[in-house]
Amino acid sequence: MTTQTNTGAPVTVRRYSGSARLNHWVMAISFVLLLLSGLSLFHPSLFVLSGLFGGGGTARWLHPWAGLVFAISFMGLFFRFFALNLPERTDIVWLAKLKHVLTGHDEYLPEVGKYNAGQKLVFWIQAILVPVMLITGLCLWAPGLAWMEQTLGFKASIDQQRLAALIHAMAAVLAILVWIVHVYAAIWVRGTIGAMTTGTVTGGWGWRHHRRWLREEVVAHGTTEHPRVTPGE
Amino acid sequence: MTTFQPLDVVRRSASVTTSPAPNRDVEVAKLIDVSKCIGCKACQSACLEWNDLKEPVGVNVGVYDNPHDLTPNTWTLMRFTEWENPTSGNLEWLIRKDGCMHCEDPGCLKACPAPGAIVQYANGIVDFQKANCIGCGYCVKGCPFNIPRISQVDHKAYKCTLCSDRLALGQQPACAKACPTSAIMFGTKAEMVAQAEKNVSILKTRGFDKAGLYNPPGVGGTHVMYVLHHADQPQLYAGLANNPRISPIVEMWKGVSKYAGMAVMGLAALVGVAHYAIKGPNKVSDEDEAQAKRLAEGKS
Ligand code: HEM
Ligand code: SF4
Repeated sequence: MTTQTNTGAPVTVRRYSGSARLNHWVMAISFVLLLLSGLSLFHPSLFVLSGLFGGGGTARWLHPWAGLVFAISFMGLFFRFFALNLPERTDIVWLAKLKHVLTGHDEYLPEVGKYNAGQKLVFWIQAILVPVMLITGLCLWAPGLAWMEQTLGFKASIDQQRLAALIHAMAAVLAILVWIVHVYAAIWVRGTIGAMTTGTVTGGWGWRHHRRWLREEVVAHGTTEHPRVTPGE
Repeated sequence: MTTFQPLDVVRRSASVTTSPAPNRDVEVAKLIDVSKCIGCKACQSACLEWNDLKEPVGVNVGVYDNPHDLTPNTWTLMRFTEWENPTSGNLEWLIRKDGCMHCEDPGCLKACPAPGAIVQYANGIVDFQKANCIGCGYCVKGCPFNIPRISQVDHKAYKCTLCSDRLALGQQPACAKACPTSAIMFGTKAEMVAQAEKNVSILKTRGFDKAGLYNPPGVGGTHVMYVLHHADQPQLYAGLANNPRISPIVEMWKGVSKYAGMAVMGLAALVGVAHYAIKGPNKVSDEDEAQAKRLAEGKS
C-alpha cells in the first residue's frame, strides 16, 4: 500500500438528495431566524438584533411563524433520518474515544455508518427540544393559545404561561448550544459543507469519517448505471 | 392640589441604565375605599371618556360585571362579589374597582423585553409607552394582578395610566374626579396613607374590626391602595391577591436563566474558536482519498 497513488481528482460520493438538502435548508434558515428574533427578546443587550427584522414588533410576530415552519421542517428531517440515527454498539466505543475525536485522530476511531455518535446525539437532543419549544412557544403566542383552547380544550393559566416562558428560554439556550456544536463540526471537519450544498462529499472524506457508510455505498451503488460513487476524471 | 411632575423616569424596562433618580417625595397614590363604593361605575365611564376608548356592547351573563373582564379598552372594571358573612349572617355586596395597582416593584416592567416600553416615573406611576411596545405579552406574565391586556387590533399592551397625562396638567385622575361618594381619592402617597388610617378607624367604630389598608409589601407597596372592611381576607374581593409578589418563576426566567444562558452560549462560541485555533481544521488526507479510490475501483 503506497501513499503516492493520488493521481487525478478524488472520487465523489453522493450523501444527500436534493429534497433532503432543501428540507435541511428550510430548517436551517428558519432556525437562524428564530435564533436572531428569539435572542433579541432574551436579553436587553441583544435587543439590537431585532433591528435585523426592522424592529421588535416584526421580530415578535415573525418568530412564532418561523417556529411553525421550523417545527414542520424538523419533523420532515426527523422521519427521513430516524432509522439512520438509531443507536448501536459502536456509538459507545466512539464516545469513549471522544479525546481522539476532538484531537482529529480519526484513525483511532471505530468505523462508523452514515452518522457517528456525536451526530446522533445532536439529532436526538434536538428531537426532544423541538417539541418542547413548540409546545411552550404556542403557550406564549396569542394565536397559539386561542388554537389550543379551541381544538384541545386546554386553557393555559398565567402561571402555566410563566413556566412556558422559562422552559422555552432554557430549551432555546440548549438548542442553540447543540446548534453551535453542529455548525462548528461542519466547519472544523473539512469537506463536510459540500454534503449540504452540492449533496456530495469526496471518497476520502467518507473513508476518513464514515468508512462503514462508504463501504456500503460502494457495494450498493458503486457499479450502477447512475453511480452514486463517481470516480473523478 | 400639588402639580406632580410625572416625566422623571426612575425605572425603564429592558434597559441597563436609567436617568439618575430624581427625588421621590412627590410619590402619588390613589386610595379606593371599597366600603364607600356604591357600584355606579361612574369611574369606569370617566376612564373610557378621558382616554377616548370604546367598549363594544356586551352580553349580560347574570352578574353586574360589565364587561366581564379587563380588556385593551377597559382599564378599570368594577368587580362585584356577593358574600355571606359567616359571623354576622349578613349578605355583603363587595365591590372592588379593579385595575393596575402601580406597584413600587412592577412585575410587568421586570418581564418586559422591549427597552423603554414600560417605565416608572419618579412619582411612582407605571406607564406603558406605546411606541416602544412590541406586543409580546410578557407584561401579562410578569404582573401579579393579571392586569395588562394586549390589543388584537394594534398588538400593543394597555392598562391604567393613573392619568399621568392629567397629572402633568395638575388634574387628578378621571375616575377620582367622577366618583360621587369620594370612594376614590387621590394625593401624595403619604397623604393617602394618612387618609386611609382615618377611614379605617371609622370602619372599626362601625364594627368592621378587621378593616385595614391594602398596600401589599410583597410588591414594595402600591400606588393604588384599597381600604378594605375585611383586610384580613383580600381574596373575598373578587380574588384580590392575598400576598402578591412577582412570581418566583418570573424571577428565575428574568434572572438566573438569562445570566446562565448568556454565559453558556458565549462560552460555547469561545470554546469553538479556541479549539480551532489550537487544533486547526480536520482535513482529509491524500492517503484517505487514495484509499477511497481503491475501494471504489474494487481494489480493496
Ligand atoms: C418550535 C416552534 C417555536 C415557537 C412556536 C416559538 C414561539 C415563541 C414565542 C411566541 C415567543 C415569545 C415572543 C415572540 O412572540 O417572539 C418565543 C420566545 C423565544 N423563542 Fe421561540 N418559538 C419556537 C422555536 C424557537 C427556537 C427553535 C428557538 C431557538 C433558536 C427559540 C428561541 C426563543 C427565544 C430565545 C425566545 C425569547 C425567550 C425569552 O424572552 O426569554 N424559539 N418563542
Ligand atoms: S399591577 Fe401589574 S400592570 Fe400594574 S404596575 Fe403592577 S405589575 Fe404592572
